[in-house]
Amino acid sequence: MADAEQQAREDLDVWVREVVAWHFDPSTGCPHWLEWAEQADWDPRREIQAFDDLKKFGHFEDEALRGGPVRRWVPKAYADRPVYVFETGGTTGVPKSRINIDDFRIDYELFSKTLPDDRFPPGSNWLMLGPTGPRRLRLAVEHLAQHRGGVCFCVDLDPRWVIKLIQKGWMDHLMAYQAHVIDQAVTLLGAAHDIKCLFTTPKLLEALANRLENDGTSIKGVGITGVFSGGTEFTPQWNRFAHEELLDGVYMTPTYGNTLMGLAASAPSIPENGYKIAYYAAQPRAVVQVVDPDDPDRVVDYGATGRVMITTLTKEFFLPRFLERDEGERERPYEKCPWDGVSGVRPFGRLGSTTTVGVY
Amino acid sequence: MIHFPALRWGEPYQSLEVNQVAHFATGEPLAEVSQANGGLVARDLRKAQRARDVLREIPCAELVKMVKRAGQLFQTAELPVGDASQSPDDFVRQQSATTGLPEQLCRMNMEKLVGVLAQLDRILDALTRRLDLDIFTKGFGDEDGVLRSYQAAAPVLGMVLPSNSPGVHSLWLPVVPLQVGLVLKPGPQEPWTPWRLTQAFFEAGVPKQAIALYPGEAEVGAAVVNHCPRSFIFGGTATVDRYRGNPAVQVHGPGFSKILIGDDQVDDWEQHLDLMVQSVALNSGRSCINCSGIWASRHTKEIAAALAERLGPIAPLPPDDPKSELAAFTVPGQAEAISGDIDAAIAEDGVEDATASYHEGGRLTSHERYGYLRPTVLRGRATSAAAAKEYMFPFVTVVECPQAEMIGSIGSTLVATGITQDDAFRQSLMAATNIDRLNLGPIPTTRLNWLQPHEGNIVDFLFRARAFQMA
Repeated sequence: MADAEQQAREDLDVWVREVVAWHFDPSTGCPHWLEWAEQADWDPRREIQAFDDLKKFGHFEDEALRGGPVRRWVPKAYADRPVYVFETGGTTGVPKSRINIDDFRIDYELFSKTLPDDRFPPGSNWLMLGPTGPRRLRLAVEHLAQHRGGVCFCVDLDPRWVIKLIQKGWMDHLMAYQAHVIDQAVTLLGAAHDIKCLFTTPKLLEALANRLENDGTSIKGVGITGVFSGGTEFTPQWNRFAHEELLDGVYMTPTYGNTLMGLAASAPSIPENGYKIAYYAAQPRAVVQVVDPDDPDRVVDYGATGRVMITTLTKEFFLPRFLERDEGERERPYEKCPWDGVSGVRPFGRLGSTTTVGVY
Repeated sequence: MIHFPALRWGEPYQSLEVNQVAHFATGEPLAEVSQANGGLVARDLRKAQRARDVLREIPCAELVKMVKRAGQLFQTAELPVGDASQSPDDFVRQQSATTGLPEQLCRMNMEKLVGVLAQLDRILDALTRRLDLDIFTKGFGDEDGVLRSYQAAAPVLGMVLPSNSPGVHSLWLPVVPLQVGLVLKPGPQEPWTPWRLTQAFFEAGVPKQAIALYPGEAEVGAAVVNHCPRSFIFGGTATVDRYRGNPAVQVHGPGFSKILIGDDQVDDWEQHLDLMVQSVALNSGRSCINCSGIWASRHTKEIAAALAERLGPIAPLPPDDPKSELAAFTVPGQAEAISGDIDAAIAEDGVEDATASYHEGGRLTSHERYGYLRPTVLRGRATSAAAAKEYMFPFVTVVECPQAEMIGSIGSTLVATGITQDDAFRQSLMAATNIDRLNLGPIPTTRLNWLQPHEGNIVDFLFRARAFQMA
């Protein structure tokens, strides 16, 4: 295990050098980082030789992602490629944007390798029951289904409207919108499409399970064998509740991620470990660290609580040391992911109630 | 350490998530409370009808006897508390330790609840206007030769409960004898009363399937309100505004209770000083029925000065001191924020703090984990911001206002005590729709007659009279 960890660290350092060289090379990098380098009094390509050297960038401020021109984030090497833009936030004001070319496909193909074939059978069809519109998840889940040989069915879901309903206290409308979404899902699941795999959010999984049970069936009964879900409300208690009372033996894997970092898969979360959920990023493309909120240069001890810090290192997108709006406990490497993980992810307490979570 | 599980229709459920309840002053953990999740509540409430069904198997008269017996057990018995047991003295000490309420006030609230349970038969008689309770069980029945029919609006009543004063639990005590189940979401610092009352109910024979108890965070409260056809919720002005007009929710917020002194009585205001002091200070001012405004057309300076002389010297004492009258603020920063708000109100022209000279060192005492505010008496005008303030400690504004303008100026008022013999003013008070509970004559705002409805009749909230014919 120690050798694997050492190898992972070395691989990460090699990858950091390659990605930094790419983003700060005038022939391949994006305008944002090239302009940044022009104003800096140091050369990242010379001074960044290892992951730890990224401290020299300080912490990425995601406000930079609001507003245009969006092409300032497109690496010159990809200038002629079709570009997607995915958004995060945006209930009020200008949303944050991240450009994508192939990253979402690569991330989800890597994630696909973590899915057990007996629960997510290759060739079977999927239902994407989560946020749609300008969100990465919408296309990523469809690609995951296609990558595994299936077809993905979707239902519209506008999370910004859901958040507004909650903020306005229009709970009747919220419940009606949820019922509208679930109605469509139930219709698709009953339409002989051989859907075996499901992406959904915890709230919608609850609503779907209750609705199906009211209809005299269940998630298992309509043929679902594997569920992939995520979000900060995906707590050990919720995971246990879902396994004990909603899923009836259907496999479910938690994930953590967002538009900025991609997707972190979970180590097994089972009764024997108290349904503990520990996430591991797809290193070296993304790195998750748990840092001291008062001194974010310091990674906390294993088991200790800290703020989640992410670094995204792909050739499409360079995001150094972004302090997330979440906190959690630092987890030790394990055999499949010989690098640090994070467990107990929840909204960062000091940010108070500025974030509305667990709403759809 | 004591562990409180959730109760899923009486069945204990230990969550993987727990919330520690700590001593307000020392921070010593005293109990851990299993935290339910919203989905679990929603799922259980699909079986809510069973709660009413099991209660309907027991005649209302039997249930009344059971809850009266539960009152005795609540007051005197050693009862289970999580996986341990609890004497009445333990209960008082534990409740005081986590809420900051002095032990003598915890005892007073305990007696209040026991008193309500002891007279529940009379309370139900009053609230139903002596209707035969079997009519609720059967759905119809004969009353003086007239066929009456009532349908239950909900099989269970959801309750999102506060931590500020245990006395509020009196409001839901009539529910079980009406054969309606209970879904309780306790306040985060006060798991003690809902739990002990529940255990007393069970011990007295109330079926366990009739009561669910879900400690948890805000999403649990939201799940209770969203999935119970009828709910009580306690909260601040924002909560009141949010649920105003929602027929499924009875919302209990700040009371803004007041004493209005008529022109015919105001020259004799000194006769009513004890009544005013009691109305402001009882239960450390934590109740919605505590008076936060005394309105009169003249003598307001003298009234404020006399109140300040009585209330101003009251100082924090250890919670176990029998003379302790003030509760601590246990939410970090809350006492400081309130004191700052009062300072802002005093800064307004025409507002004065009559208690300032009694507060050597200031009204605020801040500690690392808690704070105290000493009783405060302001004087101002009807248009002053201070006239519309209410806080969870003994605080009152003496407002100078012509009698003819009082009712139009006082705003929403839970309890109004009108001290007047003036028939015209009395009639105006009777007719005022911004007053809920009305006391005519020298009655403290804090003295409740339990035979009267409180913020609406709970029987009307739970049962709907309807037309019914049978051939």
